[in-house]
Amino acid sequence: MLTLYTPGNSLLHRCPAAAKLITLCLAATLIMILTDPIVLASGILVVAVGYGMARIPGRTMWRLSRTALVIVMVVAACQAFFTSVSPAIIVGLRILFLITAANLVTLTTRTADLITVVEAAARPLTRWGVHPDRIGVTVALAIRFIPVLGEQACRVREAQAARGVKAPFTLLVPLVIRTLRLADGVGEALEVRGLGSSARAGASTTEHRSMTR
Amino acid sequence: MIELRDVSFEYDARPVLRQVSANLAEHRIGLVGANGSGKSTLARLCHGLLLPTAGQVLVNGHDTRRDAAAARSQVGFVFQDPDIQIIMPTVAEDLAFSLRPSGLSKQEISAQVDDWLGRYDLVSHRDHPAHLLSGGQKQLLAIAAVLITQPQIVIFDEPTTLLDLRNKHRIMAVIAALDQQVVMVSHDLDLLSEFDRILVVDAGQIIADDSPRAALDVYRRAALG
Amino acid sequence: MRAKDLALIALFAALTCVLGLSPVIPLPFIGITFSLQTLGVILAGGILGTKRGAIAMVLVIVLVAIGLPVLTGGQGGLGKLIGPTAGFIWSWPAGAWITGALVQRWWRGLTPARAIAAALLGSVSLYVVGHTWLAVMLGLPASTAWWSWVAYLPGDIVKSCAAGVAILAVKKAYPLITVPSVSGRR
Repeated sequence: MLTLYTPGNSLLHRCPAAAKLITLCLAATLIMILTDPIVLASGILVVAVGYGMARIPGRTMWRLSRTALVIVMVVAACQAFFTSVSPAIIVGLRILFLITAANLVTLTTRTADLITVVEAAARPLTRWGVHPDRIGVTVALAIRFIPVLGEQACRVREAQAARGVKAPFTLLVPLVIRTLRLADGVGEALEVRGLGSSARAGASTTEHRSMTR
Repeated sequence: MIELRDVSFEYDARPVLRQVSANLAEHRIGLVGANGSGKSTLARLCHGLLLPTAGQVLVNGHDTRRDAAAARSQVGFVFQDPDIQIIMPTVAEDLAFSLRPSGLSKQEISAQVDDWLGRYDLVSHRDHPAHLLSGGQKQLLAIAAVLITQPQIVIFDEPTTLLDLRNKHRIMAVIAALDQQVVMVSHDLDLLSEFDRILVVDAGQIIADDSPRAALDVYRRAALG
Repeated sequence: MRAKDLALIALFAALTCVLGLSPVIPLPFIGITFSLQTLGVILAGGILGTKRGAIAMVLVIVLVAIGLPVLTGGQGGLGKLIGPTAGFIWSWPAGAWITGALVQRWWRGLTPARAIAAALLGSVSLYVVGHTWLAVMLGLPASTAWWSWVAYLPGDIVKSCAAGVAILAVKKAYPLITVPSVSGRR
């Protein structure tokens, strides 16, 4: 599946994913406390330098940030009109920084590396019964099945078009039923392939569970 | 070797299999029967994916209930639809997933993955998303992901039903070349005619257990009246 | 958590992403467009129940965070989870949970009206979280942006009707929610 990662070999690309994420969190916290527009603007400048270093094409950057930027501008304009100009500038700069900095991390970090960080971050949850390795598998499973379900959605749409049905919501029930049927099979496949052996007598993974126990 | 001892299976208090007993020791064993006859359930019981509500299933002497892990480690299972069996996004990742519990190093896993990709002409698709493979390639990947764990018995649940003629032959050639014991559910009587032994399942019971010629005769007569 | 539960969680996360890929639907009279993505949120809760539904939505957030373009319009990445509209995404687990909780509570006597109400309350909860986040981020009093959700209400009613019908249809064909028997705990 397509990711937003933009391949490259810059310092930012080579920097460990965890380090980038921690820096982003710290910077985001700091930026919400700071109020001096000049400090905020220089923060954005640092991020801009980062984009230059990572050689991110301007188009990529724009595509990712445009909707949020439009909102920022509209809101900043409203705020400037109703209250005063300086808080509008501060809020606008903060949001600009947050979005561009976060997108910079996304653009320079591989999906697989980020999954590893997610697994590591989930390790403390082990005592509450969370299996970090299963998180990785579940993430991979979702990525694997996005195109599969996309194809199913096309099938349903074709079948309905053939019968002259065009309303958008008629897609829903057949698509959901196909998803559930697929989940039956995938659940079995996960078991067969060594994930969670919990077969029970008389309880099939393809069963339709009754509502009462 | 799979032993079924008085195996019954109920689903929602409805009997699916009734006191089935059989010793499956031959190299190539086929299971045939009408839709809903219980043959797929039988195949799942042989793996331990389902457990019998009564009776015992032994896989190379390991009880699928009491000794589940040992029993399962002996058996591989290939589904009809490879789309459900492939669970990782790219081809190589999916093969590597099978080796997760093996405790092998990254290099060893990678070497084995490359080896199996080579056997099934999937090398050029190594890092491709699995959903871009053709139906035949997907089924080859699903089979490779099972064989890479070196099971002693492989169970196939209608592995060729969704394939075109060309890919069906490709998959059958792969299955024919296996050293492992094979138990295969199929509707394709031509394929099964080469097997060593055929069980015909009907309404939860084995109504014929014989050489392909004799057993398939029974099946044809039962099906066509 | 059984393998089947992992499969359901992953597939409903994937379904939510796929619904985001579908083209946005314009509402004829009001001139507002909406995507089907939040339907995934409501369906996850209404079909999988509170826990699995909410986890499926956390998984979607993880997919966004790791840089997959799975949000409506091919959007994604950490910027979407940190910007002014991020609350609308962070609210998804809560929305799925709320719809799930209501469907579970009404499971035995789930009428179309109740299913639609559960879906609608789940949808509206997304705005509560989303707008609070928006107001805080922009340094505005929370009341400022509040009225704007009314503009989306017609779309949400339409979506909730569709979700309610789907939840009921699935309840008949494929019930996945289990509720304790009457004598058991509530």
